[in-house]
Amino acid sequence: MELHNIEKLIEKYFEATTTVAEEEKLRRYFSEDDVAPHLEQHAPLFNYFSKAKKERFTKPVPLKPRRNYLKWVSVAAIAVFMVGLYFYQPTPPPVTLADEYTPEEIESAKEALALLAMNFNKGTEQLYHLEEFEKTTNKFLTKNN
Amino acid sequence: MKQTEFLNIVLPFKDKLYRLAKRLLVSTEEAEDATQEILIKLWSKKNKMESYNNVEAFAMTMTKNFCLDRLKSKQAGNLKLVHSNYTDASTSLQSELEAKDSINWVERIMAELPEQQKMVLQLRDVEQYEYEEIEKLLDMKPTAIRVALSRARKTVREKLMEKHNYGIA
Repeated sequence: MELHNIEKLIEKYFEATTTVAEEEKLRRYFSEDDVAPHLEQHAPLFNYFSKAKKERFTKPVPLKPRRNYLKWVSVAAIAVFMVGLYFYQPTPPPVTLADEYTPEEIESAKEALALLAMNFNKGTEQLYHLEEFEKTTNKFLTKNN
Repeated sequence: MKQTEFLNIVLPFKDKLYRLAKRLLVSTEEAEDATQEILIKLWSKKNKMESYNNVEAFAMTMTKNFCLDRLKSKQAGNLKLVHSNYTDASTSLQSELEAKDSINWVERIMAELPEQQKMVLQLRDVEQYEYEEIEKLLDMKPTAIRVALSRARKTVREKLMEKHNYGIA
């Protein structure tokens, strides 16, 4: 190719006045083997550009998997929530006596219990005699020993 | 919009997004993350996408902004270390590798350029965008683009010459 032309293009190239087509011409010239010796210094530059353009994005385009994943996470979350709701039993609030019985009932129950307690105490008083009895039997037992 | 339709629109330029991201963030992993992030954002905007007259330009601008934000953010502190991503040049078979190496130098040299020059050089010389497109993508004046581009090209040339003269042996 006309060497003179290439030299001119290189000069224009460094002044950034070349067109895309002219730059393509330069790239093509330097990609060939018979580069003029005094121009060889520029070869790495143009060859690098050609090489750099070949670099590819090799990772997958990350659209489908991530979207689906998110969708299913929300579905799963809702499912778990529903199951939880189904089996959830609220702890009942503590039941007080006042809720279950009328004041009259409570009063009569209190009376009955008081009666019971009184009689019960009478019973325990009777038991006191038993205690005396045991003391005396114990006296006999120690004497015999 | 169906997924296949979306993919038909996005797939032709996803590599461009990735390359721009990598140019700015340098690290491959960072660039991949950024690209995925942009694609997800695009997908979430898929319903509005029909109203954009140029989805590619829109996506490129998104990528640019996203990467610049990343660089500004605190997380970017980690990015400084990624220069170790480059292959070690001092292996055997030096002479054979030399030609290949000087190609890799360009990458290293470009990594040292200011962000704006990096982007201009990437969009023009790698992706071969027209000046009008670059103007829109980077929101720059035509003259500013030409100045940045010329400066970037000359810097790369000078640095490349330096390396050649000193050699790497």
